[in-house]
Amino acid sequence: MKISQMRITADRDVCIGAGMCVMTAEEVFDQGDDGIVVVIEVEVPPEHADAAARAVAACPSGALRRVDA
Amino acid sequence: MTETLQEEAREAPETPPEMPLHMRRKGFDPVPEMAALRDDEGVRQVETAFGMPAFLVTRHADVKAVLADSARFSNESRRAFDAPGAPKLSAEERDRMRAGNLLGVDPPEHTRLRRMLTPEFTVRRMRRLEPRIVEIVDDHLDQMGKAGPPSDLVADFALPIPSLVICELLGVPYADRESFQRRTGKLLDISLPMDERLELGRESREYMAGLVARAQAAPGDDMLGMLVRDHGDDLSTDELIGIAGLLLIAGHETTSNMLGLGALALLRHPEQLALVRDDPAAVAPAVEELLRFLGIVHSGIPRTTTRDVEVGGVAIPAGSLVILALAAANRDPRLLADGDRLDITRDAAGHVAFGHGVHHCLGAPLARMEMRIAFPALLRRFPRLALAVPFDEVEFRAFHFIYGLRSLPVTW
Repeated sequence: MKISQMRITADRDVCIGAGMCVMTAEEVFDQGDDGIVVVIEVEVPPEHADAAARAVAACPSGALRRVDA
Repeated sequence: MTETLQEEAREAPETPPEMPLHMRRKGFDPVPEMAALRDDEGVRQVETAFGMPAFLVTRHADVKAVLADSARFSNESRRAFDAPGAPKLSAEERDRMRAGNLLGVDPPEHTRLRRMLTPEFTVRRMRRLEPRIVEIVDDHLDQMGKAGPPSDLVADFALPIPSLVICELLGVPYADRESFQRRTGKLLDISLPMDERLELGRESREYMAGLVARAQAAPGDDMLGMLVRDHGDDLSTDELIGIAGLLLIAGHETTSNMLGLGALALLRHPEQLALVRDDPAAVAPAVEELLRFLGIVHSGIPRTTTRDVEVGGVAIPAGSLVILALAAANRDPRLLADGDRLDITRDAAGHVAFGHGVHHCLGAPLARMEMRIAFPALLRRFPRLALAVPFDEVEFRAFHFIYGLRSLPVTW
């Protein structure tokens, strides 16, 4: 069975640096010194997929997108 | 602070405005009419506290949709100044009072200002603050332990802790707290006459102007110093004053009311209080649930429609005021089941207590950290913490931009 790979993209121009993603899935997201999102794991490992999906839903600015392969 | 609160409660204004529907509460809960409105029509035409017609949006999905759409729902509401009886300001003063107020501007202006502040509130930066916040909390618990029981948890714990934290962060002398705590408490007291609040706003700006001038002469290691050093060329002095004033108000009025009301909510639910006290893993979800359940910011800043729009099936013309009922949205059955019940073991992450969209609370990571430290520390220090008065006698601070308590007498 092939499990589809979760991919996450972040629009750094839209991000407001609320940090919700880092709080929700710190294995997948980080913030640069400017406070703006950095995606550590663009291809999200399955064990962090739930947290990453919650982070996308929690993002206040709509900067995060799921683009599953 | 107790004296200040009593002073605040003195004579009623000449014509007390009627409390708007979305601010009316019974204890912790929005009045039943709010739930009925949310679960039935969803959007209703109402009047604001200042007698302006507005549309009240109550459903969670609609509230999020409005907050996410700053192009059609603007924060740059000039109409709010046109309320009947509002003091007339010169265009110059109006501009000066608006400068640097992140809650009063839309992108791209908002983005410009917010980006200067985001580095100061990263999750990592907050973790670095943790030891100092722990120390501040412990100091206040020590003082409570020496002076009491009893104690007023608002005056001795809920207000001073966030106040001291934001003072240190921002670079505001804590010695000045009595005057700025009094001013901000009244600035947000919607029952006071508008010209009185305007005067307080002027006093606040004057105070912040002094601090900004000092930071400009000798920028320190605090946030004001950083703003002057890193952005002094991009920010006017009025903007610096506006930003600093907003952070000072937002930094202590919000978290302090969460600490006071949250402690009361836990005292009313002893089995949940025990969980927060005894199980470190229960604390973070408990804070989210308290944020959701208490919804202390009734509605945040009203939006103004920039064109004809539709919200929840209701047509709203361009130029209308839109009020977001955050507390009602947080209990929407479409968000979660049994939302009128406090349950710290549930996943409350979808709440809109910090708002949503580009104006989502800048200080949310700081507020969360303060609460995650303060609640368990309080309950561990005083495991037998209890109300010192009957619940019916606890004074809620009703007619205020932010819901809270006037005082919370406790014993242990």
